[in-house]
Amino acid sequence: MSSRSRSSRHQGSSRISDDQIVDLISKLRSLLPEIRNRRRSDKVSASKVLQETCNYIRNLHQEVDDLSERLSQLLQSIDPDSAEASIIRSLIM
Amino acid sequence: MTNPGGLRSSFARIFLRSLSRINSGRVSSSRGRTLPKHRSISIAAYASMASAVGTRRAWSREVLRRIRRGGARRASRRTSEFPVGRKGRKEPGNGKKLKKEAGDGNEGSSIQGMRKKLRRLVPGGEGMEFHRLLAETAHYIKCLKTQVGVMRSIADYYTPV
Repeated sequence: MSSRSRSSRHQGSSRISDDQIVDLISKLRSLLPEIRNRRRSDKVSASKVLQETCNYIRNLHQEVDDLSERLSQLLQSIDPDSAEASIIRSLIM
Repeated sequence: MTNPGGLRSSFARIFLRSLSRINSGRVSSSRGRTLPKHRSISIAAYASMASAVGTRRAWSREVLRRIRRGGARRASRRTSEFPVGRKGRKEPGNGKKLKKEAGDGNEGSSIQGMRKKLRRLVPGGEGMEFHRLLAETAHYIKCLKTQVGVMRSIADYYTPV
């Protein structure tokens, strides 16, 4: 993508080499569900990966929020100590 | 990197303990004000995960720091780490800045703009070298995924069929 080479030239202020960024970004890629599924090109543009990362983090925050809502409604049925052990066992499974 | 199984069970243990504390009525309040239950739970979730990770990561140190300061509400105003109490508004103060940097859609968004966004999302990301920020981000995402997974399992477990 021509835009990618253009953007790397614009990175005058970044003190990190492109290679290092690419390396770390490839690590991020493996964590992002969106990009993992796209096998078209090896190199996804860096800004795209970063954008997906930001979106993904925000989605995860939202999920935590939603699950907290769910849990707050279920809270009264939670048995403190007795259930804990069995839950953890089933979670680790 | 820590093995996810160990992290999962550590987090689950700490979080469940927090849940039963919240359940028994000892709600953590900041500045004397009582938080709504779902807010306490969400904060407990982040706190439990940070505790499970310990201090070996910059982001977890930052989370623990914020909680000890009791400034959970203050933290929520500054970043989206603890999503703001007002529903639907993800990043209140940052909307203006983002427009300048992000441009329109994918084409115009520079790496600069993305870096700034990421710094705000990852706790402790502000003062960090970019290279390190990426590594912290990867770990942070991994832990968030674990956190969400465990929370979901707990919720499913207690949801009456």
